[in-house]
Amino acid sequence: METVKSLIVILMSSVLVNNYVLSQFLGICPFLGVSKKLDQATGMGVAVTFVMLMATAVTWPIQTYILNNTGLEYMQTIVFILVIAALVQFTEIFLKKYIPALHKSLGVYLPLITTNCAVLGVTINNMTDGYGFVESLVSSLGCGLGFLLAMVLFSGIRSRIDEMNIPKALRGLPVTLIAASFLSLAFFGFAGIIDNLFA
Amino acid sequence: MFDILIALLVVGAVGLVAGILLVLASYFFRIEEEEKTKLIRECLPGSNCGACGYTGCDGYAKALALGEAEPHLCVPGAIAVAEKLSEILGVEVKASDPIVAFVGCNGTCEATSKKADYDGIDSCLAASMLYGGPNACRFGCIGCGDCSKVCPVDAICFEDGIARVDSRICIGCGMCAKECPKNIIAIIPRDARVAVMCNSNDKGAVARKNCKNACIGCKKCEVNCPTNAITVIDNLSVIDYGKCIACGKCAEVCPTHCIKLTDFAAHSIIDYGK
Repeated sequence: METVKSLIVILMSSVLVNNYVLSQFLGICPFLGVSKKLDQATGMGVAVTFVMLMATAVTWPIQTYILNNTGLEYMQTIVFILVIAALVQFTEIFLKKYIPALHKSLGVYLPLITTNCAVLGVTINNMTDGYGFVESLVSSLGCGLGFLLAMVLFSGIRSRIDEMNIPKALRGLPVTLIAASFLSLAFFGFAGIIDNLFA
Repeated sequence: MFDILIALLVVGAVGLVAGILLVLASYFFRIEEEEKTKLIRECLPGSNCGACGYTGCDGYAKALALGEAEPHLCVPGAIAVAEKLSEILGVEVKASDPIVAFVGCNGTCEATSKKADYDGIDSCLAASMLYGGPNACRFGCIGCGDCSKVCPVDAICFEDGIARVDSRICIGCGMCAKECPKNIIAIIPRDARVAVMCNSNDKGAVARKNCKNACIGCKKCEVNCPTNAITVIDNLSVIDYGKCIACGKCAEVCPTHCIKLTDFAAHSIIDYGK
């Protein structure tokens, strides 16, 4: 029961409190780039969640069994980038051949995620926090869902922005960044909830 | 020294494994893209305008390779692409005439007036939902630019509050005609020499009151046309380009000059006698 409880805490905290986009400011590039339309934002969110899970499943054993045993912890960043990039490419080739439907909906976004800092951030943070394999997977799932949530919320906000009459100097990226900062402020409201989740 | 060697070996090994994996994957999981589809796709212009009725150039290439589509449907590529395609597919070319989009409205700021100021969403569709738009004439161009937003080649600009298609750039894909909520953009033959610059179905007096340049349905053009190519339907002149011999009589007799002489190759619209 305790383990389930702690897993739920990890999940909730990575979705809401430590949201990768809105409170850690990782993965801002796709967050601003692909959030114009709801369907694209959802596609990107799902793709990122998927890649985060895959990346964690591969990098956790590499760190634990190879890097830690050979005293190469300091090579973590380089090895992880290498592994994640290769993994995403492999996934794309695999999906194209065997699950064309999924490739069609995720395909455009997969190459974009190859060097996404949110994905790298999740895998490295899992190690720094000393999570076990299952905890790492749950944390990645939470981060992915948090990214998806942020993308979906923000695409809604952006479609409203498009209809507004905005001062010329602020049109385009400036007003988008301002809106993103408001959304980020709103997420700070979740800061205290994790401690009291099971109180 | 020893540490560096280990680091090199381990990272190198990881990279090598990943590389080998990818090479194997691209070899075993590769998809045999049909040679024909590839060849066809290379002939198409790649602007993905959708005028052929398929989802972009890739979709059209696939349909062509499967033999489901005719080779002359590509509007921007016109005859040159159609010839190349029929060479690959080994079928006869059925040439389609070159066409161009034409905005049938001349309700400039000077000729017409507004019945209201519109300050809502910047879109013709939204504006036309409010009492038929802000213009005095409910058939005319609103000028919010829905057509120019969908144009794949940026051929539409605005002069005096009216959309104007630059016929030198226009590829005739018809996206603008589909988008226009007033349906005033017509797709007409590129070699047309006359065109009606009005779409008002109002009775003559009303149309004239709303816009100085309106077609008033006087039937002078219909009477004077030597080949019966013009008929007045619902108070509006309509030209049948199949019968038109480009004599220019209609433009000559039109009292409101709403029938213009056109030269799409040079992108000019000329008033008769001016």
